[in-house]
Amino acid sequence: MLGRTAASLFWMSRYQERAQNIAKLLEVAYRTDMMPSNGVNEAGDWRFALTASGSEFGYTEKVGELTPRGVINYLLFDKTNPSSVRICLENARNNGRAVRTGITAEIWESLNTTYLEFMDVNPQSITQERLPDFLAWVSQRAHLFRGALLNTLLRDDGYFFSQLGNFVERADNTARILDTQYWLLLPDNDVIGDGSMERHQWSGILRALSGLRSYRFAYPDAKLKATNIAEFLILRKEMPRSLAHCCDWMDDAAEDLAQFYGERQASIDLAAENWKTMRETSIQDVYRKGLHEFLMEFMARNNHFATQLSADYNFA
Amino acid sequence: MSDNRSFFNEMLEESGLPRSAYSLLSEWLAKQPPNFLKRKSREAETIFRRLGITFAVYGAHEATERLIPFDPIPRIISAAEWRRLSAGIDQRVRALNAFLHDIYHRQEILRAGRIPSELILQNAAFLPEMVGFTPARKVYAHIIGTDLVRVSENEFYVLEDNTRTPSGVSYMLENRETMMRLFPDLFQMHRVAEVEQYPDLLRATLESVGPDQAKSQQTVVLLTPGIYNSAYFEHAFLADSMGIELVEGRDLFVDEGKVFMRTTREPRQVDVIYRRIDDAFLDPLTFNPDSMLGVPGLFDAYRAGNVTICNAPGTGIADDKAIYAYVPEIIEFYTGQKPILNNVPTWHCAREDDFAYVLDHLDEIVVKEVHGSGGYGMLIGPTASKRQIADFRKILMANPSNYIAQPTLALSACPTHVASGVAPRHVDLRPFVLIGDQVRITPGGLTRVALKKGSLVVNSSQGGGTKDTWVLED
Repeated sequence: MLGRTAASLFWMSRYQERAQNIAKLLEVAYRTDMMPSNGVNEAGDWRFALTASGSEFGYTEKVGELTPRGVINYLLFDKTNPSSVRICLENARNNGRAVRTGITAEIWESLNTTYLEFMDVNPQSITQERLPDFLAWVSQRAHLFRGALLNTLLRDDGYFFSQLGNFVERADNTARILDTQYWLLLPDNDVIGDGSMERHQWSGILRALSGLRSYRFAYPDAKLKATNIAEFLILRKEMPRSLAHCCDWMDDAAEDLAQFYGERQASIDLAAENWKTMRETSIQDVYRKGLHEFLMEFMARNNHFATQLSADYNFA
Repeated sequence: MSDNRSFFNEMLEESGLPRSAYSLLSEWLAKQPPNFLKRKSREAETIFRRLGITFAVYGAHEATERLIPFDPIPRIISAAEWRRLSAGIDQRVRALNAFLHDIYHRQEILRAGRIPSELILQNAAFLPEMVGFTPARKVYAHIIGTDLVRVSENEFYVLEDNTRTPSGVSYMLENRETMMRLFPDLFQMHRVAEVEQYPDLLRATLESVGPDQAKSQQTVVLLTPGIYNSAYFEHAFLADSMGIELVEGRDLFVDEGKVFMRTTREPRQVDVIYRRIDDAFLDPLTFNPDSMLGVPGLFDAYRAGNVTICNAPGTGIADDKAIYAYVPEIIEFYTGQKPILNNVPTWHCAREDDFAYVLDHLDEIVVKEVHGSGGYGMLIGPTASKRQIADFRKILMANPSNYIAQPTLALSACPTHVASGVAPRHVDLRPFVLIGDQVRITPGGLTRVALKKGSLVVNSSQGGGTKDTWVLED
């Protein structure tokens, strides 16, 4: 396989995952903004979406004043925002287009149709009322892509590279969301906070990671607690967006890749190490290190893995 | 051309009765409910868009992607007609390859005085770098798209021999796929020769010209300029259906005279390159130094016999508009036979007598740039206004040798779905020919149709569409 093909498969999945994550962040901002108890700081809910997607600086530069309309436009449609859903979908499709020979018709058609339909949408028509439906559509299209990929792609190197792209992005996204409001997840909150304010913020984090329902099943008393939420989203591998889950998948895909090529590159060991660290860490260890410090270190390691992978397999 | 001039109607005889190849189709068309074709057209468009069968159009601001309009009524060619056409094409492509070998070697045809030397030697399409080099099997043009037009029952003319990097074959294949989905009943009624073997034949052709035939497996790649090229869809489509890598220049490199591709592991040697980029961009060291699309050192590797480039560099000389007039000579010279397919009579504005005739008949003829393509920079006398003719005359006078002229041909017409129902529209035909260890001609080809009433310009850049082309089996 061409190095460029590997890179395109990696980035195709990565951008598609990112598009879905951005949509999810907007959905949470929208919901929190609706909350009755939340009259004081409604702009803050939208700021969360900007910060967690790493778009705050760009937004301030380009748009300035924080308004729901502004954030929606910037994160969904802005051509100059490298993380807007539009740009993510365009990049995902362009990468897919560049490797048409490496993906199936089903995958291509899902990418292509999503992009074409998205481009047909007039940004003005996505009012606050229509926003939830539109975000749900973006999300469904992402699921369709992933389903097409899982159901139709040959399990060879191309598949492994696309899995790695998907989970590098997802791990980064989860870590960012946690870090954006890490203070809400410090153990002290379990003692002092039980007001509706905390509840909304906690459920917001869980929702952003599609984990509110599953949290209640994972923790039998079903109560929202900072330490449990942190543990759920970081260490519980059965949670599909947790850091542990992502590391587990990356390790699997990396090992498969090593087996496929019959040789072990440095990045394979990094993936194994990251997964081992996750497995052997308890939530107490995380707090002992400092939640913020832990997350920062995780993001750096995740990023290091992606860089090493692209060096090992001639992405450039 | 105005509609009152007579033209050959491929479906109907003058009496109004259908010709035999069209009899079942004509009956079938008459039975369909009023909005049936409209609905089918829309269905086809949805299929094409979803598959991404688009070509890029570069406008003022952004590149946009468009669909080439697809007409759902097939064009039908009888088995007997096809036998004659394919014999003519076969003869022609063999002669053109013999011609290419000759002019890059002993130049017998020039010595014999059959073609003026300066027409070759001073032609920008003639590559001195190719002189003395013999490609595998002496084949230069491996993929040729011969443009044909029909003017009467038994008269076909060759309009152009596309011997560089002819495109459109993906439309031939996808049009057929789409038609089979839209009208399964029509296929049950007719015995239509298959076209889907084309990618396999293309791969076999490319493998047969690998530089080292002793190798058990030839590594073949398709070299594309990239996703922003207007024919990118076709490049991806062909690589995919042949099961070969689709590479860009940056994916290849030359080491010790051999070509390799950069893979996720060890570099892999490439034997055959089906290139879809022009000569000038192939190798910045030999040709255009500014090329970002090519591979430095590729041409040396080629001349060293370590890789085959398809089509060979320098094949453009065989489809140069100035050479075109000599193709009948070329056929006779190399095959000793009379051409089966005729050329359109052509006037060269470089020749004084011809030029005088052209100036006197501008309102009757078609004038084209020698090196132009895509239907740009041409004058269609009969439909042009006085003003347009006057303007064109000035341009022409300034540089006569840059132009050739041909009579306005009464292109044949085929039943086509239009707003008012079904009406005849003018068509041409581009069959695709593969030349390697043998000559392989896929039955049919790409039919392009001028969708505007009376129009003779079938180019997609000028509002033309395409049709599925059926060759019936006996």
